[in-house]
Amino acid sequence: MPTQDQEKRGRNFDEVALGYTKEQAIEEAKRCLGCKKPECIKGCPVEIEIPAFIELVKERDFLVAIRKVKEKNSLPAICGRVCPQETQCEELCVLGRKDEPVAIGRLERFVADYEMENSSQPIDYSPQSINGKKIAVIGSGPAGLTAAADLAKLGYGVVIFEGLHDTGGVLRYGIPEFRLPKWIVDREVDYIRDLGVKIEVNVVVGRTLTIDELFKDGYAAIFIGTGAGLPYFMGIPGENLNGVYSANEFLTRCNLMKAYLFPEYDTPIKIGKRVAVVGGGNVAMDSARVALRLGAEEVYIIYRRGHKEMPARKEEIRHAEEEGIIFKILTNPTKIIGDEKGWVRGVECLRMELGEPDESGRRRPVAILGSEFVMEIETIIIAIGQGPNPLLLQTMPSLGLTQKGNIVADPEGRTSMERVYAGGDIVTGTATVISAMGAGKQAARAIHKDIEAS
Amino acid sequence: MFKILTKKIMVPSIKLFEIEAPLVARKALPGQFVILRIDEHGERIPLTIFDYDRARGTVFIIFQEVGKSTMQLGAMEEGDLLLDLVGPLGLPMKEERDKKIVCVGGGVGVAPVFLKARSLYENKNYVISIIGARTKNLLILEEEMRQVSHEIYITTDDGSYGRHGFVTEALKEVLEKNRPDLVLAVGPVMMMRACSEVTRPYGVETLVSLNSIMVDGTGMCGCCRVMVDGKVRFTCSDGPVFDGHLVDFKELMSRQNRFLEEERIASERFIQMCRKIERCDN
Ligand SMILES: Cc1cc2nc3c(=O)[nH]c(=O)nc-3n(C[C@H](O)[C@H](O)[C@H](O)COP(=O)(O)OP(=O)(O)OC[C@H]3O[C@@H](n4cnc5c(N)ncnc54)[C@H](O)[C@@H]3O)c2cc1C
Ligand SMILES: Cc1cc2nc3c(=O)[nH]c(=O)nc-3n(C[C@H](O)[C@H](O)[C@H](O)COP(=O)(O)OP(=O)(O)OC[C@H]3O[C@@H](n4cnc5c(N)ncnc54)[C@H](O)[C@@H]3O)c2cc1C
Ligand code: SF4
Ligand code: SF4
Ligand code: FES
Repeated sequence: MPTQDQEKRGRNFDEVALGYTKEQAIEEAKRCLGCKKPECIKGCPVEIEIPAFIELVKERDFLVAIRKVKEKNSLPAICGRVCPQETQCEELCVLGRKDEPVAIGRLERFVADYEMENSSQPIDYSPQSINGKKIAVIGSGPAGLTAAADLAKLGYGVVIFEGLHDTGGVLRYGIPEFRLPKWIVDREVDYIRDLGVKIEVNVVVGRTLTIDELFKDGYAAIFIGTGAGLPYFMGIPGENLNGVYSANEFLTRCNLMKAYLFPEYDTPIKIGKRVAVVGGGNVAMDSARVALRLGAEEVYIIYRRGHKEMPARKEEIRHAEEEGIIFKILTNPTKIIGDEKGWVRGVECLRMELGEPDESGRRRPVAILGSEFVMEIETIIIAIGQGPNPLLLQTMPSLGLTQKGNIVADPEGRTSMERVYAGGDIVTGTATVISAMGAGKQAARAIHKDIEAS
Repeated sequence: MFKILTKKIMVPSIKLFEIEAPLVARKALPGQFVILRIDEHGERIPLTIFDYDRARGTVFIIFQEVGKSTMQLGAMEEGDLLLDLVGPLGLPMKEERDKKIVCVGGGVGVAPVFLKARSLYENKNYVISIIGARTKNLLILEEEMRQVSHEIYITTDDGSYGRHGFVTEALKEVLEKNRPDLVLAVGPVMMMRACSEVTRPYGVETLVSLNSIMVDGTGMCGCCRVMVDGKVRFTCSDGPVFDGHLVDFKELMSRQNRFLEEERIASERFIQMCRKIERCDN
């Protein structure tokens, strides 16, 4: 897919990956074999009828194609941009055995963008008659949005309660503008509102309202999609020095609060000349690329395992490399060094080598004795993962949790509490947008089934 | 949107708002705070719930104008709308009964002490209040505090009213005379630290309400982290009330200064903008 010029893009917040033109889209669509038993669909957690929508692209029926997609997926412009297609639908495409798989994600993005540009009217979904039952959804991330959309389509009155002042969860506060422009999130959330879903922002369930109150208020079921929003720190000396951010703080300031537009926007962000991001996942790549765009001169990724073991998407790693992010692999920070005023001046690291595979199947990093060295750094961003936010769960003592504090739920989202369902990162730990959406879809189905049966 | 129903100027730089926020009013308890945002460009501003009126569905805040956001807030009038307001956030303070408790408030910190003092008073505790300000005309809530205290001490740094000196000196005197079960101190970090140091040798439990810099206020970003008893705690979700003898105040003070440079830029820009508008008005 075409991308924005490498030189320029590392310094602006415009979208990096540019979309297909009509002609490019049709060319790509023509490669699809329209398999009778399409393997690709098995790789899509929200079950899009992939060959059917691609067929419509071939026929230049773009607006019908997007309707086909939206039968199953309420957030197509988002998924087309941030789904790890290479391990989802595209991994299973038969063409991929010999050649490149069909670029399903890009085609999905194309039809979604085409609709935004070419029809002002939202596609009329004609939801079924309202059945008089209402469902509460907690959290407006991809899991909550999908559960809400599907339940609304089934005729339920759905209210989403969101703790922040804006919708989207990680789509809004985590994934940066240049990967997922926020106006796209706005448009897709508006579509979900058009389906009849009500969204109440500024409501922290567990503080502003409780689960018991929601049931008393007449909600027939509750879906919890509160995500994995608790930042982990490394527990090494110096982590509270000025200049150390969690990735969540750094990205939230920048994305949700638009600190990259300071002082036009009030929330500040401070970035040093030399920045180190600790971690090797998507969150680390995003943080590094944001730091670069905020004006850092040198940005490092410090990761304790090897290149191959990095959990980030290949495409994101490539984009980061192209933009000039420097990778310090097999390196583990042991201490953050500060000056007398409490500001970060450097980070002490140990070199690592790869040992035997650990329980995750990746080779375990082992420290090389005596290999300490110091990097001069002014800003450190810690992106080593997130856990479940306990705020709501502490108010629900009878809800079954795993040792790590995630909600225990069956594959259809049923929890240990009657009429309480859950899905997305709060159940699985940090995963993907599309897996959270798949969980939202399953839970919506289960809620409907259980209500019908009762 | 959240409507400002009442505005009161306590002293020129300290203002009180009554804001329509029925969901927050229903739940608010002493020790908790709200986060509000003025408009689309605004930052999330944490402010203690000074009081609430459950029947009217309103919460009260008292704030001091210290920078861009609080100056802009102070310029709002009755009938104006705030874009966002969320709460009540933080953990409510533990309830106490039949105890002797000292409530210390310094500067605008008297505001967050008031609700706690009132609830302690209503719960049959013996309340000794110590409130202070730099000078007489910066002292707030004297009458209100009198009504919820069995004894009250007033101090001003310059001696223009009440006793001459800091709240800590009055606190020391009270500790010598009485043996309180608990001290609650809220105000600038320096003052909370000083109070904790005064009570430490007496072994009297001392609670402080921290005002770390925050973003989300729900435990999601870690911006508000403080060290308490050698452990990382989040002020917004584990606090804001902590045991003052265990807080690392030095680190907290340093962390409060993280954005000084940016705060200065924002204030200067705001003041300039206000000047321009005034010139147009004339
Ligand atoms: C920086 C970053 C980049 C990523 N990049 C990708 C990517 O490229 N591709 C990909 O597939 N995945 C990516 N991910 C992962 C993906 O974003 C998540 O797996 C997904 O968003 C999880 O969705 P969710 O709905 O479970 O939770 P979230 O998106 O976390 O949403 C949860 C929502 O619930 C709200 N909430 C929490 N508690 C409460 C409460 N008590 N009351 C009310 N509301 C509450 C939160 O404010 C939030 O809005 C990325 C994650 C991050 C952090
Ligand atoms: C839980 C809590 C309760 C509070 N209650 C009150 C109250 O009842 N009355 C009152 O007057 N003030 C209160 N504060 C402080 C108030 O939030 C800050 O004064 C305000 O955010 C300053 O913003 P500014 O733009 O006007 O000033 P700035 O120029 O931005 O900052 C001035 C100083 O305020 C502090 N500050 C700045 N941004 C934040 C932020 N996002 N969060 C917290 N502190 C910040 C910093 O120490 C800074 O140096 C409380 C803070 C917290 C965390
Ligand atoms: S939603 Fe994701 S997995 Fe499904 S078809 Fe689209 S890109 Fe593939
Ligand atoms: S598996 Fe590939 S070729 Fe077959 S229908 Fe799916 S996308 Fe088309
Ligand atoms: S303000 Fe973000 S965790 Fe406390």
